[in-house]
Amino acid sequence: MGVSSPFLTTKIDDLLGWARGYSLFVYPFVTACCGMEFIASACSHFDIDRFGAGLTRFSPRQSDLLMVVGTVSHKLAPVLKRVYLSMAEPKWVVAFGTCAVSGGIYHNYSSVQGIDHVIPVDVYIPGCPPRPETVLEGVMLLQKKIAQEPRDWRWKSSSRT
Amino acid sequence: MEEFVENLKSRFAEGILLYQEREMPVFVVTKGCYPLLVKALLEEKSFQVLLDITAVDYLRWPEPQPQRFELVCHLFSLDYNKRVRIKVPLNQGEEAPSLTSLYGNASWLEREVYDMFGIPFHDHPDLRRILLYDEFQGHPLLKDYPWKREQPLYEEIKDDPNR
Repeated sequence: MGVSSPFLTTKIDDLLGWARGYSLFVYPFVTACCGMEFIASACSHFDIDRFGAGLTRFSPRQSDLLMVVGTVSHKLAPVLKRVYLSMAEPKWVVAFGTCAVSGGIYHNYSSVQGIDHVIPVDVYIPGCPPRPETVLEGVMLLQKKIAQEPRDWRWKSSSRT
Repeated sequence: MEEFVENLKSRFAEGILLYQEREMPVFVVTKGCYPLLVKALLEEKSFQVLLDITAVDYLRWPEPQPQRFELVCHLFSLDYNKRVRIKVPLNQGEEAPSLTSLYGNASWLEREVYDMFGIPFHDHPDLRRILLYDEFQGHPLLKDYPWKREQPLYEEIKDDPNR
């Protein structure tokens, strides 16, 4: 909402932010036990579809939200980066569970100490594993963030890879 | 089973360094005796299942050990419902005999021991890392491997204004 922006552009950004936030196509990058909690959040008891993020796509090309669910090992980190780079923009990343956030209880030769060493992260959901309510809270936080973003914020403004 | 153990003890008298009766019979044997003892157990008492091969690094053991490593192997007999543990003390860098000619699954188990402890197996058909990546330096389950040392395959993201 810059001073120089015309009135109409601002409204388009609002509309786009709203539309993007409530039609998140999730790519579940599930590597560990947190996957159970992701399934619980996605199924009918907690129903992530109420927040517009119910459509899981198992191809990074078709998704805009990368949910990294579980521990990422150093051997897997290049795969995660490749998946992230394969996603079409606009794209967002959620670190789901303590292991994805910070490495969690695993501090040894094999585990990445948080996926933000590998790819940029938008929302961190802590918990070991997080309750489905926490996951839904995280999705809502991400929607708030998306709603405030200008429509071409990423591919014009940065060299983010 | 008891008389078979007595039989083995007399037949492999030079190879068996120590015999213990614990939750299962435990043989501590020399590395020359190890494949022969396993072969005898397999062929004469039908220990068809190789449950596990692993190793222990005694580097920081409270009592100093004459040999740094101990290869530990568990066998299971389906016919007799019995288990047996065989331990082989090894010096650092010493090659261990492979069980791949007796058990198919020994191949991957020995690759894991090689990956984690760096113990080489001299007649293994395909001895390379199984869990870790080829770029990995050292062997992580050694007691002198720094426990915090990481060997990432990616470049760290630094100073990204959008993070």
